[in-house]
Amino acid sequence: MRRLSTFNIVSLTLGFAFLYIPMVILVVYSFNESKLVTVWAGFSTKWYGELLQNEAMIDAAWVTVKVAFFSSTIATVLGTMAAYVIVRRGRFFGRTLFSGMIYAPLVMPEVITGLSLLLLFIAIGLDRGVLTIVLAHTTFSMCYVSVVVSSRLVSFDDSLEEAALDLGASPFEAFRLVTLPIIAPAVISGWLLAFTLSLDDLVIASFAAGPSATTLPIKIFSSVRLGVSPEINALSTIIIAIVTVGVLTASIVSKRQITQRLKEEAQAD
Amino acid sequence: MAASGNNEVFAPWKDRDAVPLIRIDQITKRFGDFTAIDNVSLDIYPQEFFALLGPSGCGKTTLMRMLAGFETPSEGRITIDGVDMASVPPNKRAVNMMFQSYALFPHLSVWDNIAFGLRRDSQDKDQVAARVEEMLKLVQLSQFARRKPHQISGGQRQRVALARSLAKAPKLLLLDEPLGALDKKLRQETQFELMDIQEKTGTTFVIVTHDQEEAMTVASRVAVMNNGQLVQVETPEVIYEQPSSVYVADFIGDVNLIEGSVAALGEGAELAWAEGRASLIGQLGAALSKGQSATFAIRPEKIAISSDEPLDRRNRVRGKILDIGYLGNLSTYHVELPEGPVVKCEVGNRSRIERRDFTWEDEVWLSWSDTAGLVLAR
Repeated sequence: MRRLSTFNIVSLTLGFAFLYIPMVILVVYSFNESKLVTVWAGFSTKWYGELLQNEAMIDAAWVTVKVAFFSSTIATVLGTMAAYVIVRRGRFFGRTLFSGMIYAPLVMPEVITGLSLLLLFIAIGLDRGVLTIVLAHTTFSMCYVSVVVSSRLVSFDDSLEEAALDLGASPFEAFRLVTLPIIAPAVISGWLLAFTLSLDDLVIASFAAGPSATTLPIKIFSSVRLGVSPEINALSTIIIAIVTVGVLTASIVSKRQITQRLKEEAQAD
Repeated sequence: MAASGNNEVFAPWKDRDAVPLIRIDQITKRFGDFTAIDNVSLDIYPQEFFALLGPSGCGKTTLMRMLAGFETPSEGRITIDGVDMASVPPNKRAVNMMFQSYALFPHLSVWDNIAFGLRRDSQDKDQVAARVEEMLKLVQLSQFARRKPHQISGGQRQRVALARSLAKAPKLLLLDEPLGALDKKLRQETQFELMDIQEKTGTTFVIVTHDQEEAMTVASRVAVMNNGQLVQVETPEVIYEQPSSVYVADFIGDVNLIEGSVAALGEGAELAWAEGRASLIGQLGAALSKGQSATFAIRPEKIAISSDEPLDRRNRVRGKILDIGYLGNLSTYHVELPEGPVVKCEVGNRSRIERRDFTWEDEVWLSWSDTAGLVLAR
């Protein structure tokens, strides 16, 4: 281990402080006894209790998870298919146009995406609710999935799929038995990215959501406009805890796998 | 591949009644403006070990990929075992390929890699298992069956790839630079293993390589390619001893090339190469007429070096030693002739006694027999 110089310690501290002080404050105030967010009145967990009583909030959380699950799953299927065709099927008529168009939603302002979806739903007479939010989220997260998956496919050894064909597999079997298992990590990260984006989204959801269904970000945003309540702090703390545990588990697991693999490779030669 | 039964030399390409397994008929392949294969015709016979040899970019890999079905010819026809391959996709061909990168499926064990092709034919489980075991035994990897490709060494991976491509008992096995990733010693061992396996299974092998030594060692016939065309298709001996062109002579092994013009044509050919010097005498390697400019090709190991003038030989030249290379088993002398060319000559080091007959700047005589050299068209 190398010792860090004073300059490095200072820059590290400043960077982390900048990133984490807001979150630390939020977590600390979620344990505040007082109803006033900015006045400390002793330690308490009562806001967590009240949060669990708040049915509207729990409903919104449930809708958010459902929407995130379905939209990221559909987006993963569509995004993987699109990436596969663009990267692996060589040149075909309109390929450049198609590959450019699939990434367009990445740079499109969310307000415009949201608005255009709203107009579409009204035009075809679709009632706004869980279904419309799922559709809207699928639309914008699909291109993220296809970016992640195509970056993996670019480095994919073509001869693996050719070998599968050569051994008698049909093109679909070659994809299912060889390509898909190998690119699975990228597909899973695409899914996780789409899931997180959907959990996170406020702008597009607020266009697509109707009175029958609200997502958690919409709920939080609208209640904060009436004043920040310690309940929201409690909710945010829970979300931060879940994300932290998720990220830590994922990085520990992948680090273990890499170490294991390096060890096995070293033993092989 | 030396002989097949009855002490008869294996040479179906000389037999008028032999039916080729592969018929490549006036194949041309273009990628945009670039012509990768230019009107190539070639017959390959059952049980041959056939080598496509050439520098990178000569079209050998494209030709092989057309046999596997990964590329379709722009013109011409390929038939395998009498069947036109034009509309047969790669997964329906009785052809298997061993890839340069081996292309082992990283998520499957050695066992499952070998079983992959067999399972596609929906054979029953016991049959698949029996065949996989047989293949593992053939390449001596039985104890590694449960390992993943990253858990075995490069040489073992190469053998898994071979076993996988042989598992379905293809009529034709294509090998794309199969030994390129191995170090020299392992490569030489594996060459003999390959020949052994080829003989045991009786499969027709087509190997693509840029390594002339490898092609010479393993193949029954070698096709030398350049710029998308076949330059010469012959047995290794003929390719080496009777190259049809300066290109082949130069590509296969070491050769001295001396420019000149045809002075006389008789049983052999005489080449005038320098003013006031006796003509060089060699065999005629191409259709030439008197006075035409030509090239004299002579292999370094066919040249003798001496300090006295070898009066019994008609081909003799005098020069000064420019360089000596000691390679262990043999020494190479670079001799500069006063007329200009530098001639390379190889002498085997048969005794271990440290004895240097010649040293730098020595005046020496080089000589060779009347049949050792070839006169080729420029």
